[in-house]
Amino acid sequence: MIAVFPKALILAFTMIGRGVLGTLAGIGRVAGFAGRIITRGLTPPYYPARFAEQIAHIGWFSLPVVGLTAIFTGAALAQQIYTAGSRFSAQSTVPAVVVIGIVRELGPVLVGLMVAGRVSSAMAAEIGTMRVTEQLDALATLRTDAYRYLMAPRLFAAIVSLPLMVLVANAIGIFGGWLLAVQKLGFNSANYLNVTRRFVSWDDFQMALVKAAVFGFFIALMGCYHGYRAVGGAAGVGNATRTAVVSAFMLILGSNFLITAMVFG
Amino acid sequence: MADAKIVLDGLSKAFAGRAVLDRMSLTVEKGESLAIIGQSGSGKSVTLKCILGLIQPDAGSILIDGEETVGATGARLERIRAKFGMLFQGSALFDSMPIWRNVTFALTQGQRIEGARMRKVAEENLERVGLDARVLDLRPSELSGGMQKRVALARAIAPRPEIIFFDEPTTGLDPIRADVINDLIVSLVDDLGVTALTITHDMASARKIAHRVAMLYQGRIIWCGPRDRLYDTGNPYVDQFVQGRADGPIS
Repeated sequence: MIAVFPKALILAFTMIGRGVLGTLAGIGRVAGFAGRIITRGLTPPYYPARFAEQIAHIGWFSLPVVGLTAIFTGAALAQQIYTAGSRFSAQSTVPAVVVIGIVRELGPVLVGLMVAGRVSSAMAAEIGTMRVTEQLDALATLRTDAYRYLMAPRLFAAIVSLPLMVLVANAIGIFGGWLLAVQKLGFNSANYLNVTRRFVSWDDFQMALVKAAVFGFFIALMGCYHGYRAVGGAAGVGNATRTAVVSAFMLILGSNFLITAMVFG
Repeated sequence: MADAKIVLDGLSKAFAGRAVLDRMSLTVEKGESLAIIGQSGSGKSVTLKCILGLIQPDAGSILIDGEETVGATGARLERIRAKFGMLFQGSALFDSMPIWRNVTFALTQGQRIEGARMRKVAEENLERVGLDARVLDLRPSELSGGMQKRVALARAIAPRPEIIFFDEPTTGLDPIRADVINDLIVSLVDDLGVTALTITHDMASARKIAHRVAMLYQGRIIWCGPRDRLYDTGNPYVDQFVQGRADGPIS
């Protein structure tokens, strides 16, 4: 037993060590990839047309889904707060809680998750397909840097688009809460808007915008990284797409907690 | 050696401990068309990718016009790559853009500039490979495999490279379309005076487009000679391969 126990312990430590080293190596690879995109993207040649195209893909074309998500969430939030608040006669907190909940948390996180589902997957699939069909090799032989041409416009466009979309989503979410409160719950429209204005601060918006920019960075980074590393045909592209979405979701939720904890902790 | 365009010397590359290239050496003269034949997985594509700097060899030297290219990065690698055009096995056309932008991509590096002039350049290059202006605005997915190969060929020659690589140029094509591509390659190599390196399984293609043929086996060149001697090499490995026999020294 004495002889077996240290062996099992060593095996356990070996497995833990291997896992830790593997994770650190993965973080290093992603960080190196992000560093290459940023440094090369900030040096010429620049691709403004590609950047504009990506702003449209990531931002403009995501607006319908983001808008719908925001309006339903705002309305549902108002109903939940009203129902819960009525248990201790706090129905009047609906406008304040809706605006704080939407601006600080739900707006950025829901936009991040919706866009991650829509955009990370598309990026990973497109770049992954380019990898397995040798289009990335073709780019190199045509003397075009994939980091500048493919990755940087996506990364920068996502960092710019997400905050703008969160602003729109916040406005629509607040509108959703107001609509339900006024139309269904019998709130006075002017009072509702007054309370909303009183409880929302510029700091809340700043935090939402910072979160959105961070989420945009992770969404594009995961899409590009996993697409770029895709191997093995259609199955490889499918795997890259799934991994990109899951890792973007995890990074959004994790970084949201960290930012919130740093600001309010 | 004085006119050597490409010199590979002692090139080695292993993946996960498995040697794909094992001290491989080969010289391609200026203006020459050389075909490398060999089994799948024998390292033919790896050879091309090493020369293009897409893969770094583990050991050995690659000289292009006497300049060492192993380890080249940044602007130096870009300058060396400017000498090359490449026809990929699956064409590798960019499916997000129309044919004319594909053809002129090497000239614009993906920038949307000089649209009218680039369309004209694309038209001229497409004409060289037997396609007309009707395909200019189509997407690669709207073309047949043979037409995609032609467009890829037009893209490879558009910047007038000094060296063109052909990676399995006839794979996936019927014999008639394959012969059309072979004829195109022969005429382009002759007209443009380029140095050509082709990797292929297709013996008819190798005999038609190459001045010399080299056989790659287990990471080394085991035979290299004029195309007319391809069926008379006296090398049992080459004989088995070119005759497509199951029995012989190659298992």
